[in-house]
Amino acid sequence: MSEKPTPLRKRRGFIKAAGALTAASGLGFPFISRAEDKPIRVGVPTILSGRVAQLGISSTNAIQVEVDKFNAAGGLNGRKIEIIKRDSKGKPDEAANNARQLVNSDGCEIIINAESSAGAFAVQEVIRELKVLCIHTCSETSALSADPKIRVPTAFRACRQGIHDAIVSAAYAGNVAKAKGLKTWMSCSPDYAYGRDNTGLFIEYLKKFHPEVEVVGETWPKLFQADYTENITKILQVKPQALYSALWAGDLVSFIDQSAIYDLFSQTSLFAINMADYTTLTAVKSLPEGIHSATRYLKTYPASAENAAWGDGYKAKFGDYPTNWSWENALAVNFLTTALKKTNSTDGTKLADAIRGMKIKSPFGADGSITMRADDQTVIGYALGWGTTIPKEPYVPKITPGDWKSILEHEAEWKKKMGFA
Amino acid sequence: MDFQALVSCFSSASCVVTQTTGGLISGMLLFLVAAGLSLIFGTLKVTNFMHGSLYMLGAYFAYTLYNLTGSYTIAVVGAALGVGLFALIFERFFMSRVYNADVLMQLLVCYGFILILDDAVKIIWGPEFLSMGMPAAFKRPPILLAGGVLPVFYLFLIAITLAVAGALAFVLTKTRAGKIVRAAAINPTMTSALGINTALVFGGVFALGGLLAGLAGALAVPVRSMVAGMGFSILIESFIVTVIGGMGSVAGALVGALLIGLVRSFGTIGFPLFTEGIMFLFMTAVLIAKPSGLFGKDR
Repeated sequence: MSEKPTPLRKRRGFIKAAGALTAASGLGFPFISRAEDKPIRVGVPTILSGRVAQLGISSTNAIQVEVDKFNAAGGLNGRKIEIIKRDSKGKPDEAANNARQLVNSDGCEIIINAESSAGAFAVQEVIRELKVLCIHTCSETSALSADPKIRVPTAFRACRQGIHDAIVSAAYAGNVAKAKGLKTWMSCSPDYAYGRDNTGLFIEYLKKFHPEVEVVGETWPKLFQADYTENITKILQVKPQALYSALWAGDLVSFIDQSAIYDLFSQTSLFAINMADYTTLTAVKSLPEGIHSATRYLKTYPASAENAAWGDGYKAKFGDYPTNWSWENALAVNFLTTALKKTNSTDGTKLADAIRGMKIKSPFGADGSITMRADDQTVIGYALGWGTTIPKEPYVPKITPGDWKSILEHEAEWKKKMGFA
Repeated sequence: MDFQALVSCFSSASCVVTQTTGGLISGMLLFLVAAGLSLIFGTLKVTNFMHGSLYMLGAYFAYTLYNLTGSYTIAVVGAALGVGLFALIFERFFMSRVYNADVLMQLLVCYGFILILDDAVKIIWGPEFLSMGMPAAFKRPPILLAGGVLPVFYLFLIAITLAVAGALAFVLTKTRAGKIVRAAAINPTMTSALGINTALVFGGVFALGGLLAGLAGALAVPVRSMVAGMGFSILIESFIVTVIGGMGSVAGALVGALLIGLVRSFGTIGFPLFTEGIMFLFMTAVLIAKPSGLFGKDR
């Protein structure tokens, strides 16, 4: 005769069953249990508020797109990536503090550093100490990876680099200048480190590629300046044949809108390196035809089905096309996930060893692939070109691609000159 | 420094015309923001640290109204009135509670609203920068005068701003409402004892200040991109203008704004690497010569 279950017996039975299940889990499926409990936490210090919030938003959107793909494919033996982002508000000290807290307090094992250059240099020093893997995704300042004194063994750069931009830009501008007889040049770039570095390098290489060029003036608006009248009227006085500008985003839009009412571009050819990014191209309501620009992110360049699908997929998910920062962050996740699978580890040194010299297929590569160069831990082979704008899609229909052979030769000379090699 | 370029500019009619009108343009929009700031300080004796956010709201309101109606006139009038109404609500419900508090408390309230409004803009209009584009009526080639270039839209801005300055001067000096405002600014207790509702006067002045900032934002929006936080830079320049012109003086705000515009316009020719510095040096020189500002009353 079986005993009638009482509440006490029921509870004992439940406890035994739970105990047995726990023991079975511990013995039979220990790895699955651990995987479910512990995702791979990736910290993302970035700028999510203020005037440059678009940087952080479009960066983290792109990271999420690639992380979702990795997680949907099973992650790392079941371990999924969890993104934890922190807003530095564009302050380098907060960026460094955020990176430290992400590792020490939030349990992040990897950092994707979507900070601008000022924040990137601050985070680099934290990484030097913490020795976790870090991939910088928005800092284009060459010294971050080129200068051996600043370089860190576990830190990489998965974004374009200033010296690459300068060489390609000057080569294109030099050819246009020769063809159209543009001898007098002026610059109008934002008055901070990026604007000055970018413009200085461009002018240096422009003179190298086309020595007849004469720089007849310069004007340096503040970052986020609202009114460019004083700069535009100065350009009107100097009357250069060509104007180079490293203004970007809303500043470039304001500059173009304000210049248009002075009819500036009927007499001066504009070479705006940051024009060909969707947010800027679509924000200018009357985009002048014939502005020369480098490609930042265009779904039509590289002209591959993979790149078009990536741009359209991003737009379908977030309502806007990706930015320049988006592809750079997506690329970082691609390097990271490839290294995770290769090493089966989240150890900073092991991941760094795997990424150093790694070549991956990428929709953003000039030839369909991008390499993380081993000696200075920065990417090469990404798509980089120049063309002229039209006021509707595809915005820059014909693009002159940058020549990576030439870029690498001139970069090597530059490194020697700077004492970096 | 490039003295030669500056001398060369002054000897060229086209340069003088272009730089002068450029300076006037920069100064006029600055005047509208600074006039509101100065008016509020002069009457209520509080510094509205969120005045730049009202300028930002004016720009976004105008952008939305223009997209809804296609009329720039409706956009400008609607945005100015909308910001005026917002300023009135802000003054009645929040600012009026800290009139007698420490300036740090006033700063805290304003700073809180700066953050709230910036986030509200991001939620409503998005974090990316926006541009309205030039209304069709102003899409025409610039006028050439003595070789100088005068954009049609900027001539419209100068005319509107001068009209507003004139109307403001008339209301404040020639009308009963203006006399009440000036009386409330000098002695609010006595004004109140005479049966005048000073709370209404203060609310009205704050709303008028807000309306002017909103008007500036709406007038600027065809040529300036919009983004959350855009009010901060104009707030700093407006403070410089009010300090130069004299805190509380609308006439001082006009003169200060025009001087700053012209100093920057010609400074960029003669001192291309020190244009910002010149503006601050100019402010310092005024403060040393007349600490209360050009039109400020010595205390």
